[in-house]
Amino acid sequence: MKKILLAGVALGVMTTCAFAADKVVKVGVLTDGSGPYADVGGVGSQLAAQLAIDESGLAAKGWKVELVYADHLNKVDVGTSIAREWFDQGKADVIVDTLNSGVALAVGQIVKDKNKVFLNSGAASSDLTGKACTPNQIHWTYDTYALANGTGKAMTKAGGDTWYFITADYAFGKALERDTTAVVAANGGKVVGNVYAPLNNADFSSQLLQAQSSKAKVIGLANAGGDSANAIKQAAEFGITQGGQKLAALLIFLSDVNALGLPVAQGLEFTVTYYWDLNDDTRAFADRFSQKSKAHAKPTMVQAGVYSSVLHYLKAVDALGSPTDGAAVVAKMKATPTDDQAFGKGSIREDGRKIHPAYLLQVKTPAESKYPWDYAKVIATIPADEAFRPLSQSECPLVKK
Amino acid sequence: MTHALAAKGPTASRPKPAEFIAFAVLAALLAVAPFALYPFFLATALCFALFASAFNLLVGYAGLLSFGHALFFGGAAYIAAHVAKVWGWPPELTLLAATAFVGLLGLVAGALSIRRQGIYFSMITLALAQMGYFVALQVPFTHGEDGIQGVPRGKLFGLIPLGDDRVMYYFVLVVFLCGLLAIYRIVHSPFGSVLKAIRENEPRAISLGYSVDSYKLAAFGLSAALAGLAGGTKALVTQSATLTDMHWSMSGEVILMVLLGGMGTMTGPVIGAIFVVAIPEVLNRIGGPDFAQWMTVIQGAIFVICVLAFRRGLIGEIAARLRRTL
Repeated sequence: MKKILLAGVALGVMTTCAFAADKVVKVGVLTDGSGPYADVGGVGSQLAAQLAIDESGLAAKGWKVELVYADHLNKVDVGTSIAREWFDQGKADVIVDTLNSGVALAVGQIVKDKNKVFLNSGAASSDLTGKACTPNQIHWTYDTYALANGTGKAMTKAGGDTWYFITADYAFGKALERDTTAVVAANGGKVVGNVYAPLNNADFSSQLLQAQSSKAKVIGLANAGGDSANAIKQAAEFGITQGGQKLAALLIFLSDVNALGLPVAQGLEFTVTYYWDLNDDTRAFADRFSQKSKAHAKPTMVQAGVYSSVLHYLKAVDALGSPTDGAAVVAKMKATPTDDQAFGKGSIREDGRKIHPAYLLQVKTPAESKYPWDYAKVIATIPADEAFRPLSQSECPLVKK
Repeated sequence: MTHALAAKGPTASRPKPAEFIAFAVLAALLAVAPFALYPFFLATALCFALFASAFNLLVGYAGLLSFGHALFFGGAAYIAAHVAKVWGWPPELTLLAATAFVGLLGLVAGALSIRRQGIYFSMITLALAQMGYFVALQVPFTHGEDGIQGVPRGKLFGLIPLGDDRVMYYFVLVVFLCGLLAIYRIVHSPFGSVLKAIRENEPRAISLGYSVDSYKLAAFGLSAALAGLAGGTKALVTQSATLTDMHWSMSGEVILMVLLGGMGTMTGPVIGAIFVVAIPEVLNRIGGPDFAQWMTVIQGAIFVICVLAFRRGLIGEIAARLRRTL
């Protein structure tokens, strides 16, 4: 009798084990952990994913959610190597963040081959929902189209009807300039000139002086990272914003403003899809984030995107009961409307584009800033249906026309 | 008779058993490695190992420190990726095309740079590589900073599909061993002896009647072509070609690999390359995100220690202890 009882217990234990083993979902955060974008994503992205896992309530429903993290060093081969290994050795069902467009495009291909899920928050290239869209990926936070459209449209409408561009002399800069030019023209503005600067340019003085003498109302910086920071710093030295011209940085993050400091960055206008100080919900999320953050930093829009995307992903996985079929999970995610504290209510389009409003922010002056991280004010809201590239212009093969 | 020949010109130095043993051990280890380690990672590491060996041919045996080898590595990766993806060539022709193109590029770059010596030579190679980098940034077929993605691996000789990582690894291993044997053959040929003579004392080599410039140019071209073979193979393994491979820091990294492993040794660059590629992988694995933030600092510290403690490089130091060439 005892033996039978024991065997019964053993059997029971085994079945629960087997049952528990089935309900496992593994989230992989692949990001720039030590390079130029480490403050935009990095450790903060891991924290955001952890917050989403904790708040998803999946643990209470019998799920085991695991989190792995890796630094791709902004190298495509390192990123693809990690992604393949995670999938081949069963360490991840979903990859989030990535930041670097080159890495994101490469990872997207692997995810498609292995039928997993890719939730891109950090990479900017709008190709991810265009030519390179796949049934396994969602582009969550922003893209180059949204940046050009947000900053270009709102600033032109607000009276900035003449533009001068300082453009990084390669594909990304030119695409950003081209998209913004189209938006400016469509809203009755005019581009009076442009100047190209090489990548990783240390001295923007000649470009800035040309921009200053053009008398354009807005100087558009179609560049990123260190180039934007250098141009903004030197623009402050030349007193460009004090002279009445407005500076529009087409790609800049909250962490960049924090690094530049308000005296340098003041007056700068930029587009985001999440700012921590928008409303009570965004503040509540930001507070939870900064309490757990070592530097007590507020989340960037990329980190907020990681939180929001992981939360929605876990909901879909719970509804389906299994994370194995990546395309099915993504289809479920697209079919379900999104709702979270960081981005509010939203939806995901068939091309994998997450839809939510965008905001044009202006960096405050040091005098306007009342409390820590009080860096910007909202000067325009771009409604969700206008913020992103319309489906009719999409090159994505998934879109049926 | 042999003496008479030796007096006439340089002969091939006799292959040393220790080098054969080192080579055999290396080949055997690499053949079983994918059963213990992740084959995709190993395949990438082997590409870097071949790259470092090709670079070593130039710096270790001809004494020419090029600071622009990323041009050949990255350039070949772009050519291979384009040829395989857009033109749909099979892998063996892809590699041949990439190697041939970069070999020619190497001859042009070499013809310009070997006219100067020492630091000036290095600076010219760096300048040429930077030109190449900005060309890769601008021309349409490289797709700027997005790079070329989703390169098909194709079927080897139209028969063997390379899609599986393990199959790909053994293909890369064969390419790597062929490359290494080619370097071994070059180094131990009369041509290689002349290169070493030029490295040791260039004016004397000139006074002996050698056309030093043509020897240097040939060495540069061979090194570039082999670096191209490595770059092309890497494009097939990672199925992508990006600006990282063209960036000057890649030229720096390969110098590091060779210095760490041991300049002028056969196996040193291989070990050095595997070491350099493995460090971030290992650090990624043992440390969480807080640790990863310090990745570059830790990497730097390891290199400083290695350079201070093993001045001849890891293998160079062992070889010196054993009084053998490895």
